Amino acid sequence: MAATLETVEQVRAVTEQKYKYGFFTDIESDTAPKGLSEDTVRFISARKNEPEWLLEWRLKAYRHWLTMEEPNWGKLGYPPIDYQDSYYYSAPKVAAGPKSLDEVDPELLRTYEKLGIPLKEQAILAGVEGAGDSPSIAVDAVFDSVSVATTFKKKLEEKGIIFCPISEAVQTHPELVKKYMGSVVPYSDNFFATLNSAVFTDGSFVYIPKGVRCPMELSTYFRINAKNTGQFERTLIIADEGSYVSYLEGCTAPQRDENQLHAAVVELVTHDDAQIKYSTVQNWYPGDENGKGGIYNFVTKRGACRGKNSKISWTQVETGSAITWKYPSCILQGDNSVGEFYSVAITNNRQQADTGTKMIHIGKNTKSTIVSKGISAGKAQNTYRGLVKIMPKADGARNFTQCDSLLIGDKCGAHTVPYIESRNRSARVEHEATTAKISEDQMFYCQQRGLSSEDAVSLIVNGFCKEVLKELPMEFAVEAQKLVGISLEGSVG
Amino acid sequence: MLEIRNLHVNVVGKPILKGLDLTVNAGEVHAIMGPNGAGKSTLGYTLAGRDGYEVTEGSVTYRGKDLLELEPDERAASGVFLAFQYPVEIPGVSNTTFLKSALNSIRKAHGEKELDAMQFLKLIRAKTKELGMTDEMLKRAVNVGFSGGEKKRNEVLQMAVLDPAFCVLDETDSGLDIDALRIVADGVNALRGPDRAILVITHYQRLLDYIVPDKVHVLANGRIARTGDKSLALELEEKGYAEFGVDEAA
Ligand SMILES: Nc1ncnc2c1ncn2[C@@H]1O[C@H](COP(=O)(O)OP(=O)(O)O)[C@@H](O)[C@H]1O
Ligand SMILES: [Mg+2]
Repeated sequence: MAATLETVEQVRAVTEQKYKYGFFTDIESDTAPKGLSEDTVRFISARKNEPEWLLEWRLKAYRHWLTMEEPNWGKLGYPPIDYQDSYYYSAPKVAAGPKSLDEVDPELLRTYEKLGIPLKEQAILAGVEGAGDSPSIAVDAVFDSVSVATTFKKKLEEKGIIFCPISEAVQTHPELVKKYMGSVVPYSDNFFATLNSAVFTDGSFVYIPKGVRCPMELSTYFRINAKNTGQFERTLIIADEGSYVSYLEGCTAPQRDENQLHAAVVELVTHDDAQIKYSTVQNWYPGDENGKGGIYNFVTKRGACRGKNSKISWTQVETGSAITWKYPSCILQGDNSVGEFYSVAITNNRQQADTGTKMIHIGKNTKSTIVSKGISAGKAQNTYRGLVKIMPKADGARNFTQCDSLLIGDKCGAHTVPYIESRNRSARVEHEATTAKISEDQMFYCQQRGLSSEDAVSLIVNGFCKEVLKELPMEFAVEAQKLVGISLEGSVG
Repeated sequence: MLEIRNLHVNVVGKPILKGLDLTVNAGEVHAIMGPNGAGKSTLGYTLAGRDGYEVTEGSVTYRGKDLLELEPDERAASGVFLAFQYPVEIPGVSNTTFLKSALNSIRKAHGEKELDAMQFLKLIRAKTKELGMTDEMLKRAVNVGFSGGEKKRNEVLQMAVLDPAFCVLDETDSGLDIDALRIVADGVNALRGPDRAILVITHYQRLLDYIVPDKVHVLANGRIARTGDKSLALELEEKGYAEFGVDEAA
């Protein structure tokens, strides 16, 4: 309990000002040669000591990728990406994988400290006695490309839960990985997902067995570290019948001059009566006021509600990146399955976000809810793009979509692009959309009560986003609220 | 405490206040009356520093300092409070959060320690009760779905919590039934004190039965047209503002 309070304080202290996470940690890298070729793919696979089937899968993806074109339908503008001018693998040199925290590079621990995010995990990572006694968060830390620390394993193992780097799961649970990987996002899915399939480096693997409720939040902190290294995370979460898990992903990255490419894939699978709650707080470097140096974030996230009465909820708070291209989706196959998407996307300065969701209703009485809050300031562009698709057999399907945009200043833009395809007459689809400017009345009212203009914006915007923020796990809600304020700093005169 | 000299204010280029003079000393309560559109709210907004209320001439001295130089939040921190004629709704922000942020901002500006959640709740619970408000109202979003009367009471609650030195109440009585009026008046009277000055803008003299002013001013044609004691309010109620060259219906 005390640790939780401390955590909140820590978060408060850390998030006082601008983008503070722009530092670079110097850990010796073990890097693949620059550029992308079959050799790169083989290098990565060999480094990870992968079985033949996985190498073949990667190569299939790579060859397919060569035939694909980069999508350009998003409302995004950026210079062409030179895929040969990047490194695709870099791992911190840690002998044989850490068995205890003592083996973790102290530089890494210091990085976490500077980040201030690993709340009580910080204590746990630092090996503080008793810190792990009543855990509510477990971390699988992805540092650069290889996971170097995994905590709480024991506790989870007791329940039969598998939570480990996906590279490790390939070795220890190949049958599960083989069965599920690519089953939600096939290797040929889209340009960026296909690239990821060829060169993914690491990510998390989670398996929750039948009837088990995961006793803690599972969380991964991603950081992009080695210079010029694109990050290709791959995460796979499987919730077996009647199980439940809440997973949180949070990101920060060091300040950098070149644009950094990131193309992650996340696949979720729920069986009968199972539920996955997946939350993201994304705070990657957005670039400077002129948009220079920010992360390019092209992500494919998709969940399959395979079983009846199953549920997948995506909650995202997107404040970082220069470019965000991301549509966490739900395929509602099981009868009575439920998909949810709660999103806050904040763009400031020259940030561009094209984000939304897809809800594909296949089973009977499937339900989906979409709540999207887009905030745009500076010269930023913010687009909600959402698809609700009702298949012929989805009798009684229902969707509710609420899309609100808030503009700060008059040089930014907000766009709402809803696609609705209904092929079943019994389906009900509702869509509501609003666009508003932050009101001068509200600003003045807050300032008259003593709030600075920046605090006023933060308060008003947090109010605007409340429906979404309240969906976040408690531990991260405070952090997210602060982030909302920070990302809009300098947006009002 | 407050000295206004020859104040000229334009709103969207149109002169509204045209040479207003007013002095309010610590410990005093002044009432400002006047026909609709006379510029009463304009005076309140100008003192609070709202954008778009352009001072073209004159000065406002508050506790010996030039008030017009300060930003709105700096004015608030220095003790200027405006109870709005039309309180503003802030969806998604609870009344408690709003008030706590406001109070802590002001405390911070004074170099005082911020209150934590427990200390703050203790402070507002008592005041909430005094004003006949419920805890439930504290949890609701700021002014969202509040009745007219609830909004006005909420303004007085904020005033009581923020403990300002100079208060402007802009038609805080309008829309209140007699019971609510009494509660609000009690709240304001509780704030009367030697270190505080209050400017009550009102349309009706009935409020002044409860909050008895030291002086009553008539604002007409952009200036203080007449000043008197409480009896002036009664006279205005009877005769209207015709003698000030304005049509009551204006
Ligand atoms: N924001 C504004 N935009 C345009 N005109 C305004 C604005 N605020 C006030 N006015 C004008 O200024 C005059 C004075 O208004 P106000 O101060 O609200 O009067 P009162 O409060 O005495 O009824 C009115 O003619 C009103 O129309
Ligand atoms: Mg008025």
